[in-house]
Amino acid sequence: MHEMSLAEGILQLVEETARREQAQCVKTVVLEIGQLASVEVSALEFCFAAVAAGGPASAARLAIVEVPGAGVCQECGCRMAMETLFGVCPDCGSHRLETTAGTEMRVREIEIESGQVE
Amino acid sequence: MCTVCGCGEGETRIEGTAHVHADGTVHSHAYEHGHAHKHHHHEHGVGGDLDFGAGPARAHVPGMSQSRMVQIEQDILAKNDAYAAENRRYFDERGIFALNLVSGPGAGKTTLLVRTIELLKDKVAISVVEGDQQTSNDAERIRATGVPALQINTGKGCHLDGHMVGHALERLQPADESLFLIENVGNLVCPAAFDLGEHHKVAILSVTEGEDKPLKYPDMFRAAEVMLLNKCDLLPYLDFDADLAEANARRVNPDLTILRVSASSGDGLSAWVSWIESGLEAQRGKRSATVDALKARIAELERQLAGK
Repeated sequence: MHEMSLAEGILQLVEETARREQAQCVKTVVLEIGQLASVEVSALEFCFAAVAAGGPASAARLAIVEVPGAGVCQECGCRMAMETLFGVCPDCGSHRLETTAGTEMRVREIEIESGQVE
Repeated sequence: MCTVCGCGEGETRIEGTAHVHADGTVHSHAYEHGHAHKHHHHEHGVGGDLDFGAGPARAHVPGMSQSRMVQIEQDILAKNDAYAAENRRYFDERGIFALNLVSGPGAGKTTLLVRTIELLKDKVAISVVEGDQQTSNDAERIRATGVPALQINTGKGCHLDGHMVGHALERLQPADESLFLIENVGNLVCPAAFDLGEHHKVAILSVTEGEDKPLKYPDMFRAAEVMLLNKCDLLPYLDFDADLAEANARRVNPDLTILRVSASSGDGLSAWVSWIESGLEAQRGKRSATVDALKARIAELERQLAGK
């Protein structure tokens, strides 16, 4: 959806950490993106490359761990996989489903290269 | 990105603000950086150990570069959420009821706001934030009703965020126990993910759109507590099935409160106004409960001091 803002949010977390760790460059950024988070991965990669240009993460690769969607029926407690934000309980037919996984948008970790180690 | 406070890339402009730093430089973005509201510049602990022997080179050689993993484990929107939480605290401390109005472009948000303000302005103080990519047309329409309004132009941005609204609060200084209305950028996608600190999102769907919009844009209709089905005065002239639209919205969000209204004819607006009034009442009640609790605590402390 708003991949540009997400890319900026990621870059902020990455650059703060890179600075604190005195990294020379960031090689990989590992993200957790839920299947239901409405994030278009190719757009995110494009935006990230654009906002990271000129900084320590300019050559970083985004490694995306997709978290599958899952939910629980509020009526009968049935647990199910969810491929969209809404659905029907396979057990009781209710629409009252709560997502329990798949809406994540997190920066898990980064791989950095430190220079001049003492 | 602003390295001073971490404002997003930009072209955001808040009406009437010049953005000149102490050293005289002027930023390309135009947030007001008075920063009376406290920004969260979190420092988070990082779990990564400093093991210089663990990199691919498997050696501890001065001057040799090593790569290693550093854990971050943070939500991408954590910063926005922190700004939003601060806004919400601001509202709650003052007993202000805040709503975030979201819809696609052209659903009638501004007309609805104007009518709502006309119906409520004699009963409660109201202030309004207007989000649009460009122009201050909407804020001018709101100001014509006599209530203060601030336009935020997001430039390239497709949504308002918690940080922008924090700056708007500084400028607008809404009265205690007032109504604070935020009209988000016309967009049914992005504003769903960005908490502004409001108490409720109100989604507006108009009958000139499709009945399946809630299914096409489920994020927004799930995030909202209320859906206003607007322009209902046009139903006789359209091939729009209002019951189907409501059923679709409830498939996405079974707990959604749905009100059929027409901002231009005024039909259904009394139910909407009553809903707002009960929200205002709840906020006031919460505030006076907090004030009472504080008074009781002070009285208790005074008793303890007097006893010593």
